[in-house]
Amino acid sequence: MALGLIRPVLSRLGQSVFVLLAMSFIVYGLMGVMPGDPIDLMIAGDPRLTAEDAIRLKAVYGLDRPWTERWLRWLAQAIQGEFGYSRLYAQPVAETMAPALVNTALLMISALSISLAVALPLGVWAARRPGSPVDMLVNLLAFASVSVPVFWLGLMLIVLFAVSLGWLPAGGLRTVGGPDSLNDRLIHLALPVATLALVGLGQFARHMRAAMIAQAGSDYIRTARAKGCSPVRVLVRHQLRNALLPVVTIVALEIGGLFSGALVTETVFAWPGMGRLIYASVMGNDFNLALSGLLLATAMTLVGSILADLAYWQLDPRVRGR
Amino acid sequence: MTAPLSLWAGGGLLLLLILATLAGPMMLPDPEAMDLAVRLGSPSTDHLLGTDELGRDIAARLVQGGQVSLVVAALTATLAALFGTVIGLLSGYYGGPLDSALMRLTDGVMALPLLPLLIILAAADPAQLGMPPDIATSEPVAVARLAVIIACVSWTGVARLVRGSTLSTRARDHVRAAEALGAGPVRVMVRHILPDVASPVVVAATLSVGHVILIESALSFLGLGLRPPLASWGNMLTGAMDVVWTAPAMAIWPGAAIFATVLAFNLLGEGLQQRLSPDLCRR
Repeated sequence: MALGLIRPVLSRLGQSVFVLLAMSFIVYGLMGVMPGDPIDLMIAGDPRLTAEDAIRLKAVYGLDRPWTERWLRWLAQAIQGEFGYSRLYAQPVAETMAPALVNTALLMISALSISLAVALPLGVWAARRPGSPVDMLVNLLAFASVSVPVFWLGLMLIVLFAVSLGWLPAGGLRTVGGPDSLNDRLIHLALPVATLALVGLGQFARHMRAAMIAQAGSDYIRTARAKGCSPVRVLVRHQLRNALLPVVTIVALEIGGLFSGALVTETVFAWPGMGRLIYASVMGNDFNLALSGLLLATAMTLVGSILADLAYWQLDPRVRGR
Repeated sequence: MTAPLSLWAGGGLLLLLILATLAGPMMLPDPEAMDLAVRLGSPSTDHLLGTDELGRDIAARLVQGGQVSLVVAALTATLAALFGTVIGLLSGYYGGPLDSALMRLTDGVMALPLLPLLIILAAADPAQLGMPPDIATSEPVAVARLAVIIACVSWTGVARLVRGSTLSTRARDHVRAAEALGAGPVRVMVRHILPDVASPVVVAATLSVGHVILIESALSFLGLGLRPPLASWGNMLTGAMDVVWTAPAMAIWPGAAIFATVLAFNLLGEGLQQRLSPDLCRR
């Protein structure tokens, strides 16, 4: 049965590679129109360098060639795993990104798990009686959650829990200079994760609710009730299983949005992750790092959506038949 | 939430916000005037919500920021609706390889991490493309540039809806009759299909305004959208973050304004959706 998976997965992988190629091409072109040409910066920093030196340096680094040609050369190196050197952090790009990737994954996975753990039961609960006070309350909460700006929510949590109450640290990965303990890491994780989880919650609750309501009138539900299934069994074994299908797709689509949220959250909480790295590299004219960072972030979301497809395949036998 | 309630709540909230941004400048001090003697001042009769880190009136800057944010959002949503409608119409009308190519593109853009991409787009310097630097940095150009950049990634929702509606409309009798009478593809799309798909476009565009405001304020907050001295709700929060330990109250208002505006558009869009096209989801 797993053989049937090979074709769709291969075609999705092929698409993903194409998206990454197209993205690297466009972004490489954009880098050329960003302020701060590396050689110009070098010239500005050293008065002894003349205009002739600049031309020679550009020739040495290949910067006098058209950018399409430079992109091809960059690509050839990237395929060999050579992503260049980060100017901002003065070390190879791969070494700069590895710890950031771990930190972002930690943040995103924690936030997504908490978000789903709260949102899905809320959605199911609200869908039991559409129009009831519970439903209205969940709806209101969901509306608030999709409308709140991430950075403001983060700031408000800092104002409340760090500035006013003093319970939690306002940012960072761990206490600087303090002992490195699990407890210390966890309290630093609390506010960023809460921010990101609250922002995703509304979307998921709304979709869960809509999916449950869409299933509620189905014939198979009536059949299950008629044959004497207990209400809990009907809800969990019949209705929920089918309602989860569209929700899985939504979660996959939201991974990109989650990363955008993570970028802002990381900036507010000084969390050293991928989002903050991409932001810092763009602001600091560190093109190698910015390009690789963006491509890695994109690859992460693409892998996420392929995983969601696999989950869908696992959950829905109808897809397997095709 | 029932249709009339969300429609009324969203519309009312929005009307209130628009009135405040229009009437505000008549009653409040100059938003760019600095009074260094009262930096981070508490609310008083002179400064209704106090002053910021440069002694500027927070209420006046909120109002200016509101005008700018609403203009950018309206412009962006219109552009995005335009892109989305064209792509959706072409995709739904022609079908075949064009349809699958355009829908792949739509799915691709939808799944991307948009904010990092927008950061790079926003950091590109128009002066290096041959635009004179003084024009490139002027306020109208900055606003238009931001609108175009955000519109480039926010057309996907409209495109999908329009495609879906076009698919069902193009099989209808009035469209087939027009084709039989020899109407060209452009005429059929614009005169016969577009009126039928207009209401989902309105709904999707309204819902996208909230999203656009969130993106714009995030970019401005990161220093890549609208830049000071022009006030925007996003860049006001950048200032507030720097002084969060000394003046935590300053962070409340700009964010609350963004929150209220986005909420208003989302409620309005939801209400419109239920009122105009209750069968939208089934198409």
